[in-house]
Amino acid sequence: MMLVYIGAIALLALLLVFVALYAIRQKDLLYAVLATGVVSLILSLVFLLLQAPDVALTEAAIGIALTTIVFVITIRNTSRYENENTQSKINTKKSE
Amino acid sequence: MKKFFVITLLAVLGFYLASTFCYMPFGENRMGAPVDEQTVGAYYLNQTAEVSQVSNVITAIVVNYRGFDTLGEVTVLFLASAGLASILYRRKEEDEEEVERLNQPSSSLLQTGSKFLFPLVVLLGIYVFIHGHLTPGGGFQGGAIIATGFLLMLIAYKKYHVSHGMLTWVESLAGILFVTIGIWGLVTGGTFLENSFLPKGTLNSLISGGAIPIIYIAVGFKVAAELTGVLDILLNTKDPIKK
Repeated sequence: MMLVYIGAIALLALLLVFVALYAIRQKDLLYAVLATGVVSLILSLVFLLLQAPDVALTEAAIGIALTTIVFVITIRNTSRYENENTQSKINTKKSE
Repeated sequence: MKKFFVITLLAVLGFYLASTFCYMPFGENRMGAPVDEQTVGAYYLNQTAEVSQVSNVITAIVVNYRGFDTLGEVTVLFLASAGLASILYRRKEEDEEEVERLNQPSSSLLQTGSKFLFPLVVLLGIYVFIHGHLTPGGGFQGGAIIATGFLLMLIAYKKYHVSHGMLTWVESLAGILFVTIGIWGLVTGGTFLENSFLPKGTLNSLISGGAIPIIYIAVGFKVAAELTGVLDILLNTKDPIKK
């Protein structure tokens, strides 16, 4: 039982690292922001498994909903791609 | 030379970090609770239920034992929200009928869904902060959940506006209530936020814990008003590119 518990936390932590790396590597900032939202979701699950439900609730409300939406608003007011080259690359890929 | 300094700095930092973790066996009970009665962690875990009749020990620590810290946190949030408002808040201009929001009109699916979900989300938020002393959660969490509900409405309906005068009133009254309870404790009990002037009630009932639920309800209203104001201001800013 203990082993299953530790294994679940380890798996979630591993997933967390991979999603966070995706968020760093992604050039489309909208996807990157959504990935940070997923990081918060997994993190709140980890907090719940580590028996910290108060912190899990805070992470769920602030991390998943509010921070993500603030960044989405920021992206809409600025630009969606990390630089102009990637945007043109994606555009040409679409047109092909 | 610069690299040498950087490497030295990193080495010193690494040494102290590593030595800290070496002296501390993994998974050790560092708070000492409830084995060693002398530590502060054991005191909180053993005494909170008897002394302040609060079943969620974290709430008792956040609002009562560390209540002054919570007041500081609420002030930080207030300053952040006030700073954002002073930079970005936009009044209705002379020529425009109404402050236009950026988002496109949303689909009727989203509109109906958010109209249905909004009261439920707000109810959940209120539940979380009213039961802060009984179940996990409290003022901050409940306030953030309520702000999420308002966010749904702000996104779904282009014409939906939150009255900033109302938000200011709610925020100010909640803050004043918090400080008043603190000063009341100072007058009657001798220390700021002393929880001694209200009857404690019985453990695990809704009205228990003296002033703790009242403070958390005030914090909940304050946080909800601040975060809703921040979201409304952010959504109402003019598009700098398209203009």
